[in-house]
Amino acid sequence: MIRTETAPAPRRNLELFLLLLALVVAVGAQIITAAAMDAPIDEGYYVDGGIYAGVVLVFHIILRIRAKYADPFILPIVVTLNGLGIAMIHRIDLAGGDGSVADRQLLWSAVSMAFAMALLWFLQDHRRLRQLTYLSLVVGTVLLFLPMLPGIGMEINGARIWVNLGFASFQPSELAKIALGVFFAGFLANNRDLILLAGRKFGPLQFPRIQDLAPLMIGWLVAIGVLVVQTDLGNSIMFFGLFMAMIYVATSRLSWIIIGGLLVAVGGVLAWMFVPHVTARVDIWLNAFDEDIYSREFGGSEQVVQGIFGLANGGLTGTGLGSGMPNRVPLANSDMILAAFGEELGLIGLTAMLLLYLLLFSRFMRAGLGTRDAFGKLLAVGFAVMLVLQVFVVLGGITRVIPMTGLTAPFLAAGGSSLLGNWLIVALVLLISHAARRPIVVGPMVNASGDEASGIENPTTEAAEATASEDEAAAFQDEDEARSGTGGAR
Amino acid sequence: MSQLAVTVLQFGLLLLLWVLILSIVAAQSRDLMISKRSRAPQDESTRSGQGRRRRRESAAATAGAPAGHGGAAGAGGHSAAASGHPTQAEQAPAASAQRPRPRALVVVEGPATGTEVELGSAPIMLGRAQESTLVLVDDYASGKHARLFPQGSRWFIEDLGSTNGTWLGEEQLTRAATVEPGERIRIGKTVLELKA
Repeated sequence: MIRTETAPAPRRNLELFLLLLALVVAVGAQIITAAAMDAPIDEGYYVDGGIYAGVVLVFHIILRIRAKYADPFILPIVVTLNGLGIAMIHRIDLAGGDGSVADRQLLWSAVSMAFAMALLWFLQDHRRLRQLTYLSLVVGTVLLFLPMLPGIGMEINGARIWVNLGFASFQPSELAKIALGVFFAGFLANNRDLILLAGRKFGPLQFPRIQDLAPLMIGWLVAIGVLVVQTDLGNSIMFFGLFMAMIYVATSRLSWIIIGGLLVAVGGVLAWMFVPHVTARVDIWLNAFDEDIYSREFGGSEQVVQGIFGLANGGLTGTGLGSGMPNRVPLANSDMILAAFGEELGLIGLTAMLLLYLLLFSRFMRAGLGTRDAFGKLLAVGFAVMLVLQVFVVLGGITRVIPMTGLTAPFLAAGGSSLLGNWLIVALVLLISHAARRPIVVGPMVNASGDEASGIENPTTEAAEATASEDEAAAFQDEDEARSGTGGAR
Repeated sequence: MSQLAVTVLQFGLLLLLWVLILSIVAAQSRDLMISKRSRAPQDESTRSGQGRRRRRESAAATAGAPAGHGGAAGAGGHSAAASGHPTQAEQAPAASAQRPRPRALVVVEGPATGTEVELGSAPIMLGRAQESTLVLVDDYASGKHARLFPQGSRWFIEDLGSTNGTWLGEEQLTRAATVEPGERIRIGKTVLELKA
């Protein structure tokens, strides 16, 4: 039995400390921007900073009440990234004229956090989502289909992935990825053994029976199919990667990765040959500096090339926040926001932000490792992979490692749907990490009255173990207590 | 604001960003130590004076010290390989004086219903593997699914990292737990009980 226990200390004070540091970074960045660009620092900055800090602190208090043992690092990391994003969008607003994008981003941040808080408050236990396995497949599919409905669907920049809500446009695929993540995790947690054990062998590879895998395949094919029809390249890559990663984690068979890699290769080549949208993207990627392609009026490589120039202009230390020219890049506040950061914060700053993503990924994985239920493990790992894939695809596109695909950097880029989706993911992972780090009470006679007299507040967990009340059981408790550093109560 | 001040602030922001990252990493050091800790748990529990429970055979060898319960109860020979320590045979009578020991393990539901296994002093392996003490013919059972082992007068069940888990009553096992006669141990479709 692999045991991965952490100290069952809540560590919420540590989170508060890190949050304050994160808020200083976030609000400070915005004010530095204004100072560097000679914009008047009026009360608007303090109001914005105050709103942001207020919502974040409410989130912190909700965690104290509802998920005391949740991971203390996730929230500060996300708050830093989100705050830096708002600052950079504001900075591009200042340079570009349209002054309302940053305000909208702040509003969406607050709304997203409110939804995340509500999810934390009302869901309480991520395992409840497991009951919604098939419902979430339906919900995810419907969400993916929404933009194709006439009337409410909208097409922006060649991709039909938007829904017009009247007061705002929304990208339902950001929520669909959560629903499909829940479905994949729930399905694999339920059927892992059938997929693993039943089926016949062809040489070294064992293939699962079709009926065991059918729902998964259907769900996945629908998702990919819809996205291909909508020419949403980035999201198709992400869903495919999510699917591969989760099935690999669930079965630990390397053959899945090999099969998936082959499928990607074949699909990529086919798409390159027959989908004009993809052909153009690959062309831009390979021949970005070609004169013709650069100056092509629609779908040229200007965006990528200007982004690279921006990165080069930034160099090691960057031009300083507010002193560069990131607004030369089209869509600098959404798709190309990492290039903007690369220019103004330099390699040092961009590395720091990538490290934040890496730390966030590691915390997601940690939550998955720590939790005891297979569903939670798969869900956390799925979200972690989603995050990393998204960052890789965005950054890879900007730095010409892979073709541009039109995903946005999580938490940074302007866009309410992406923010909402990612904050909901954060809430779910926080719940999983709470379940993972929550201490288990073995016997009622041990530590029944102290500060950590938990288990009683969550009577659903470990009730069977609580019956093991005699001295033998106490020995178990003692080892755990000694291990976790809180000291035995005997 | 002067250019110098702005530049200082801009660098200050970078510095702060890295301070934040370093504090996050530093605060995680406890998390990163886990592997070290779980590799040497026996030292801690020996020190705690409650050296009655051992995960590893090496620990069982060093834990000769009586811990005030049933004589040399520290010799927890319940590792997978060990199939009978002499010390356990000694401790058994002492313990049974206080409490009736469960006599047998009975399969009450599932394909092998009715099968009984005498409980001696040796641990019992449950699983699909042919070398198990009780071979479970159950698609939902893992090869080495769970282990039932005696300690003092009681029997404990421990999941061995099975795929589908072991359930005691309504709860899934996350660590070894005591089994009372009549409590339902569920592995896949098989339900087992101890009989006193």
